Amino acid sequence: MSLHVPRAVRSSLIRLDRGMPRRVRATRERPMIDVKDLTIGWGDVVLQKNLTFSVARGEVFAILGGSGCGKSTLLRFLIGLEPPLAGSIDVAGLGLPVLDAGLPPFGVMFQAGALFGSLTVGENVSLPLEEWSDLPGDAVAAIARAKLKLVGLDGAADKFPSELSGGMKKRAAIARALALEPELVFLDEPSAGLDPVMASDLDELIVTLSKTLGLTVVIVTHELESIFRVADRVIMLDKEEKTIIATGDPKALKTSEDPRVRAFFNRGKKES
Amino acid sequence: MSGLFEIAREGQTVKIAGDLRMHDATAIWSGVHGQTRDASGSVVLDLSGVHAADGSVVALLVELRNELAARGVKAELVGANESVETIVNLYAGHDTVAKRKVRKAESTIAQIGRSAFEVWEEAKGILDFFGSMLLTAAALVRFPRAGHWKEIAPLCEKTGADAVPIVVLINFLVGSVMAFQSANQLKQFGANIYVADLVGISLTRELAPLMTAIIVCGRSGAAFAAEIGSMKVNEEIDALRTLGLTPFGWLVVPRVIALILVVPILTLLADFIGISGGLVVGISELDLTTQGYIIETLKAVHGWDVLTGLIKSVVFSITIALIACQQGFAASGGAEGVGKRTTSTVVTSLFSLVLLDAAFTAIFRAFGV
Repeated sequence: MSLHVPRAVRSSLIRLDRGMPRRVRATRERPMIDVKDLTIGWGDVVLQKNLTFSVARGEVFAILGGSGCGKSTLLRFLIGLEPPLAGSIDVAGLGLPVLDAGLPPFGVMFQAGALFGSLTVGENVSLPLEEWSDLPGDAVAAIARAKLKLVGLDGAADKFPSELSGGMKKRAAIARALALEPELVFLDEPSAGLDPVMASDLDELIVTLSKTLGLTVVIVTHELESIFRVADRVIMLDKEEKTIIATGDPKALKTSEDPRVRAFFNRGKKES
Repeated sequence: MSGLFEIAREGQTVKIAGDLRMHDATAIWSGVHGQTRDASGSVVLDLSGVHAADGSVVALLVELRNELAARGVKAELVGANESVETIVNLYAGHDTVAKRKVRKAESTIAQIGRSAFEVWEEAKGILDFFGSMLLTAAALVRFPRAGHWKEIAPLCEKTGADAVPIVVLINFLVGSVMAFQSANQLKQFGANIYVADLVGISLTRELAPLMTAIIVCGRSGAAFAAEIGSMKVNEEIDALRTLGLTPFGWLVVPRVIALILVVPILTLLADFIGISGGLVVGISELDLTTQGYIIETLKAVHGWDVLTGLIKSVVFSITIALIACQQGFAASGGAEGVGKRTTSTVVTSLFSLVLLDAAFTAIFRAFGV
């Protein structure tokens, strides 16, 4: 898979004046995401508490943890789909994301893609461009094709999501998330369920996007190989402690003093 | 002895031997149960004679051990060869038996309380939905570009044009059945011609709007709920929101408008077709002429009769669309949740339609129309 960023994509860094009511206000000094003492859950059920971390601009940041610890749920809170039980979230210097009030300053790839089944793949990618820009139809189609090519899906524009494999759906969802050139992208389990080659290609794409376009990427995953390939920094959530038990460079965490962290980073091998 | 295994009891020891295979599981289960029914104190389940065992059978033996422990009988699985021992360990055959948590049965009062709370929560959800709908509608008036207007035409086709054959068939049959039923009675008084009055008035005022709404509810209401419900459980609605698009403006408003546009048209068609059904019966069974039937119908049915039917149809269409969309948005828990909400849409809508129809009749009667 070719991973260079096509010219069409670079040229699609167009000012979408009508559709960009809220500009990203993160700076080199100010983090892209700043979370303080966050508690997540529903009603009386607390999934995670006292979560404090920040994500720097241009960083690939991974949220790790075992199944059921609340990684994907934390992502839902970060993108404003759920209100925090306590604490604060600041995304892109704009505070807590408010959905249904304009275009959010980020793109999201949901775990299963969440492509609109009644639209073709090309229409899925074109949709945000049509809604939030004044670009003519042929320009929208060109950008959508370029985005699909970027994720290795050239030629799939006319297919419906039901005709795609799980991996293709994820890649199409990434193309849609990138359609409006956000500076921040959230990816929920991007490489889960993919074959090793496809997972590696996708990881390479994430790194390329981050390095070439300066994209800040927040990934929820428990795929170790993927973490080592893409993540600059990670936090690890624990189901029992209900909070962050490790933070930092993933390679350094392999030799963490915490046996739970070491076990996770050494593929769950029990220590003698 | 049964099959390739053997179960025998010697004092406090139950000796199990042979091959413990899945196809003999029922016999093994009843065999070991029979041998340990009156056990007390401690029991040894001796597996030294077992050559090979399937995991499920070992799981049953472990379950037996746990059952005995719950009765206060200490039981142990001993003597297994290396391969069987591996399976015993796999199924935690030597782990300490944890005390089973017995779930207390919910009392009747607690059940009533829980059900009342659920109804309250559902009612709050519905009110919240309608409130959001009104706010979105108001916002769309101010910012029309935020609406998904191009969706309305295909929705009109799906909910209107595609429903024409079934609306025509059902209303033709309703009109002709009414004519048949009334003809027998009216014939006795030589009042055949009044079949036209009866069919015309009852169809335009009551049956055509109601039958059409029932058909739309079954076809389009269920489809709306299933479609939006699937989108909800597949996170498509969340995706829509993260793209800066409001689900109400995108999904609900076009559906409400589409039904408001097509249901009155379908109702008018139903009026015409129902009256035609009566006409066919009038001509064929009551020796009426086409011209006579039409003149009598025009004499009996006034513009207001048709208008009351159309007013009802608009209210019915809003009711069906909102209930279906609300139920779709409330779906959770995968395919089962979507199915539940789809069923609930049809039941709630039908109940609401009949209730509204009765309310309309009372109101129109009160105003003398």
